Amino acid sequence: MYNAQMVIYEAEYQRLTEICEKLLRDSMARAVFLVDKVGQLITSVGQTANIDTTSLASLVAGATAATGGLANLLGEEEFPSHYHQGARDSIYIALIGEQLILTIIFDNRSTEGLVRLRVKRAEGDLKRVFSDLSQKASAAAETKNNSLFSEITDEDIEELFSDTF
Amino acid sequence: MSFINYSSREIILKIVYYGPGLCGKTTNIKFIYAGTNPDARGKLISLETKQERTLFFDFLPLSLPAIRGFKTRLHLYSVPGQLFYSASRKLIMKGADGVIFVADSQRERMEANVISFEDLQENLAAYGYDINTIPFVIQYNKRDLPNAVPVEELRARLNPDGQFPDFESIAAAPNGPGVFDTLKAVVKMILMELKKGGN
Ligand SMILES: Nc1nc2c(ncn2[C@@H]2O[C@H](COP(=O)(O)OP(=O)(O)OP(=O)(O)O)[C@@H](O)[C@H]2O)c(=O)[nH]1
Ligand SMILES: [Mg+2]
Repeated sequence: MYNAQMVIYEAEYQRLTEICEKLLRDSMARAVFLVDKVGQLITSVGQTANIDTTSLASLVAGATAATGGLANLLGEEEFPSHYHQGARDSIYIALIGEQLILTIIFDNRSTEGLVRLRVKRAEGDLKRVFSDLSQKASAAAETKNNSLFSEITDEDIEELFSDTF
Repeated sequence: MSFINYSSREIILKIVYYGPGLCGKTTNIKFIYAGTNPDARGKLISLETKQERTLFFDFLPLSLPAIRGFKTRLHLYSVPGQLFYSASRKLIMKGADGVIFVADSQRERMEANVISFEDLQENLAAYGYDINTIPFVIQYNKRDLPNAVPVEELRARLNPDGQFPDFESIAAAPNGPGVFDTLKAVVKMILMELKKGGN
């Protein structure tokens, strides 16, 4: 079972991105990131140009995993959100269901209270998309729709490395 | 847990370097960073103590060319090897697609290798994985040191049936023999596993 895959299709990507865009506007945030718990970025919106989004996703997942570890230590199931306040920018991180982490970066045009409220509203929408996605993915897995990998050859794999290292 | 994004047309594979404290996990990742075409690598993040011991993890994202139109990205992580960071090690294993066990070839580190190997098995089991099903390779590092034991001795303890691909390495050498071979081997195993569609 190690190979539980996360698969994102175009349609769900669009829906997730739209939900994040709405959240960005409603919470007057600077940027919104949707990340999975393993540290992979799913989508990002807002002012992301000056942010290394790959690093952000892996650090958010690491911080969330560490926070979850602390929760377990205290006998809590989890801490559903955590918040870090900076001089200029602050970051609000919320767990969404079992797999997702929503990350909102905001400055003094917004407040933690507003962000928290808007995240609550987005949560249901995000969960709905994800449950659709899981259904789609398990249907695809049943039909062995793994054509992406089925034709990979040893040469393909060798070539992967030839220009990189 | 490989991550396939049909929208951005990319596949992300998570690979974790495991092994006892000071065996050379971070050195492997730094060597790979230095030896990779700048266009193909992201930022190297090292969460470490002032003494350069890994505190939480190292993270290096790499992008390989496309396979069948899909960009292959590798996310390399190293765990903190010191015994008391056990809780952090477990967190980092979440969603791993492949594991590289870096053993320290020095005679006095033999027990530390064995303990770390057992710790790895426990931490994999916590997620329902095990080393016989997850793509797994072993690297015998620090082959340059005078107190390195013969490879046969390391094999007898860590890979007695020879079922895991294993490599000798000197991660700290300028040309880092064995470092890329180890990484390629695990990537190959992961892709072969995906090809089988093994769930
Ligand atoms: N001689 C020699 N030294 C090595 C080799 N690989 C790593 N080292 C040295 O071993 C020391 C520890 O290496 P690290 O890569 O930091 O070890 P680590 O496994 O990341 O250690 P933790 O972060 O504590 O788990 C450093 O001083 C390295 O230069 C090698 O192949 N030969
Ligand atoms: Mg280290």
